[in-house]
Amino acid sequence: MSVNNLLENWSQFRHFHPVDDKPHDPYKWAMSIDLDACTGCNACSVACYAENNLPVVGKEKYAHGQAMHWMRIERYWDEDDRDFPDQGAQFLPMMCQQCEAAPCETVCPVAATNHTADGLNSQVYNRCIGSRYCSANCPYKVRYFNWYDYPTDDNVWPAEMNQQLNPDVTVRGKGVMEKCTFCVQRLHAAKGAARSEGRIVRDGEVQTACQQACPASAISFGNLVDPESRVHKQWKAQQVELDKEEQTKDKKEEGGSELRGYRIFEELRPYPSVMYLERVRESAV
Amino acid sequence: MKDIREDIAWAKINQDVLKSLENPRKLYWVILFCALAAFGVGIGCEVYQYQTGLGVANLNNPYAWGLYISTFIFWIGMSHSGTLLSAILHLMHADWRKPIYRFAEAMTTFSLMTAGLFVMVHIGRLWQFYYSLPYPSERGIWPNFQSPLLWDAMAIFTYLSSSILFLYVGMIPDLAICRDNMHEGWRKKLYTLLSLGWEGTDRQWRNFRVTYLTIACFLSPLAVSVHSIVASDFAMSQQPGWHVTSFPPYFVAGALYSGCSGIITLFIILRYVFKFEEYMTKSILKKIVRLTFAISMIWTYLNAVEFASVWYSNDQASKDILIQKATGTYAPFWWGMIFCGSIVPLTLAFKRAQTNIPVLFAVSLLLNLGMWLERWMIIAPTFSHGYYPWTWDHDQWPSLIQWGMVFGSFGWFTMLFMVFCKVFPSVSMYEVKEMVYHRSLHLKKSETAEQGAH
Repeated sequence: MSVNNLLENWSQFRHFHPVDDKPHDPYKWAMSIDLDACTGCNACSVACYAENNLPVVGKEKYAHGQAMHWMRIERYWDEDDRDFPDQGAQFLPMMCQQCEAAPCETVCPVAATNHTADGLNSQVYNRCIGSRYCSANCPYKVRYFNWYDYPTDDNVWPAEMNQQLNPDVTVRGKGVMEKCTFCVQRLHAAKGAARSEGRIVRDGEVQTACQQACPASAISFGNLVDPESRVHKQWKAQQVELDKEEQTKDKKEEGGSELRGYRIFEELRPYPSVMYLERVRESAV
Repeated sequence: MKDIREDIAWAKINQDVLKSLENPRKLYWVILFCALAAFGVGIGCEVYQYQTGLGVANLNNPYAWGLYISTFIFWIGMSHSGTLLSAILHLMHADWRKPIYRFAEAMTTFSLMTAGLFVMVHIGRLWQFYYSLPYPSERGIWPNFQSPLLWDAMAIFTYLSSSILFLYVGMIPDLAICRDNMHEGWRKKLYTLLSLGWEGTDRQWRNFRVTYLTIACFLSPLAVSVHSIVASDFAMSQQPGWHVTSFPPYFVAGALYSGCSGIITLFIILRYVFKFEEYMTKSILKKIVRLTFAISMIWTYLNAVEFASVWYSNDQASKDILIQKATGTYAPFWWGMIFCGSIVPLTLAFKRAQTNIPVLFAVSLLLNLGMWLERWMIIAPTFSHGYYPWTWDHDQWPSLIQWGMVFGSFGWFTMLFMVFCKVFPSVSMYEVKEMVYHRSLHLKKSETAEQGAH
C-alpha cells in the first residue's frame, strides 16, 4: 500500500459540493414530507422500529434520553396564550437528513460513516469505534448510540418477538452509532431486481417503512434524478434544489409566497436530502 | 533576592538531591496506598462500564460527550507547562528554570498518560481502538485523515513519545551521578542501564548538548500544536459555542495556565517534603507566579475575545449558548470558572502574595479547579442548547461512574508522580551546578569590573 494509493483512493470518498463534484447517476434518493398532512400519529416511528430492528429500551432508559428512535416525531407547542387542551401543537417527523455534505462524515476518525454513490449517508457498524464525534457534530442530532448491548444483555425484544425481527437488517452491538438508513435494505433489493431486468428502479417501486406506514401519505420517497418521480416533481414545484443554501419561500415578501418547501438548516450547507412542506395555515394566512 | 546561593558546594547538591531517593517515610506509603485506592475506584468504574456499556455513564443521545472529554482536555492542558519550562525556557536561556524543570517535565509525561486513558474510556468500542491508527492493512482501509480526532491521536502519541525522550535524555548525567553514588542493588543496576555508560567526557557532553537542544527545538512547536489540535476538535466542528476561530490560542493559553498552576502546587509540595528550600527558592517561585499571572491575564483576555466575537457574530445560536452559560442550569459552574480563572489570580498581582506559600498553594488549586470547570463548560452547554430545538434544555448530569473515573485519574497521576520522585532525581543536579557556576562566574565578573573601575 503506497502513499499514492492512499491519496488517490481517498479523494474518491470526499467531495466539497453535492452536485458539481459528484453527479448522481442514476440514483439520488430523496424524500419530502408534507407537514400539513402529518397528524403526529407516530405510525412512521413504529414502522421504523419494526423494519430496522430498533431496540425498545423501556421507560427508564427512554427517560434518560437513551431511546433509539431513528424516526422521531417532535412536538412543538404553539406559542400563544392558550393552555394545554386548547393550545395547538405542531409535529415534525425527524430522521437522518442524508446530507450531501454531511458534517458527521468528515469528523469520524475511522471513516465509519461515508457517502454512497446513490446519495446516502451510510454507517458502517463494523468500522465504528464509538467516539460519538459524528453525533456531536450533527446539527439535527439524529444519530443514536448503542449505550448498552441491547440484543443480548437487555431484554429489548421479548423472546416471542425474536421471530419478528427483520432478517435483512443486522442487530447492532454495544458501542456503535446508528441512524436512519432510508431503509437501505429495501433500496438494495429494489435496485438488484431492476438491474436484473436491465432498467432502473421505477418510481413507487420502493418505499421506506415510514412512508409505507404513514396513513396520511405525508411522506414521499424516490429517486431525485428521475424526472418522472414524485419527489423530483415536488422538489421542482417548490423550487428546492439539492445545492441550494437558502429557501426560495423566504426570499419572497411576507404573505406573497405560494411556496412551502424548505430544508432544515440549509444555511449550514450540509445539503440535506429531505424537503419539508410547511403547514398551509402558517404560510397562507 | 537571588535564584540560588552561589556558595553551595557541588557535593552538597548531590547529597541533598540523592537524599530524596532514600527509603520513604511511612506517610509516603500511606499516600501511595490512597492514590492506588483512588485509581482502583477508577478501574472498577471502567470495568463496570466496559461490561455493561457506556449508558452507565448517564450520557444520552444528543448529549454524547461528558466528563471524559472535559477531563481529557484538562490533563492534556496540565502537560503543557512542563514543556514550556523545560524546552521553551531552555531555548530562551532562562536559568531559573533549572531546579524545577525536571518535575515539571515528569508532570507533562504523566498527565499525558492520564489524558490518554480518558480517550480509551470515552470510546464505545475500546477493543477496536486500533482502527484509529494508520496501520497498513490488507483491506486497504485507512483512518479518516480529515478528522480532527485522528490528528489528536497522532499529536498526542508524538507529544508523549517526545516528552518521554526529552525527560530521559535530560536525565542521563544525573542518572550517572545516581549510579556512582548507589550501593549495590536493583537501583544501581537500573541506573547503570539507563545512564548508557555516561562518563562525563567532553565528547559526551558535546553530543548530549546537541541532542538535548534538538529535542527541545522539536518539542516547543509540538507543544503549541498539540493543544491547537485539541482545540480543533471543537473549532473544526459546526456546533455553536465550539465553532470559534480563537479556540486554538485560547486552548493553548488555558493549557499553559493550568500547567503553571499545577507546577506551583507540586513545587510547594516537593519543596516542603524533600526540604529543597536551597534549590526551589522563593525567588524562583516568584518568577513562576509572575508567569502564571501573565498567562492568566492572557487567558482572561482570550475568554473576553471569545465572548465578544460571539456577540458580534450575529449568530443567534452561538449567542443563545453564551446566554445559557451565564444564566442557565450550568450558570453556577460557569461563574465558578470565571471566578477561579479570572478573579482569583488577581491575588498574584500583590507582591506579598507572590511568595506566601499557603496562599499560593490555595490559589494554585483554585486556578486548576477553574480550568477544569472551563473544560466542562466548553462541552456541556453546547450539548444542552445546540442548534436543534429538540435538544434544548436537555441537561444531563454525569453519573457516579464518570465522577469515579475522574477521581481515579487523580489517583493514577499521583501514583505515577510519587513513584517517579522516589526513583529518579526530581531536581536536575547537573543543571543546578551549572546555575551555581554561572552565578559565581557572574559575581566574579562584576567584581573584576568593579576593581577595574577603581
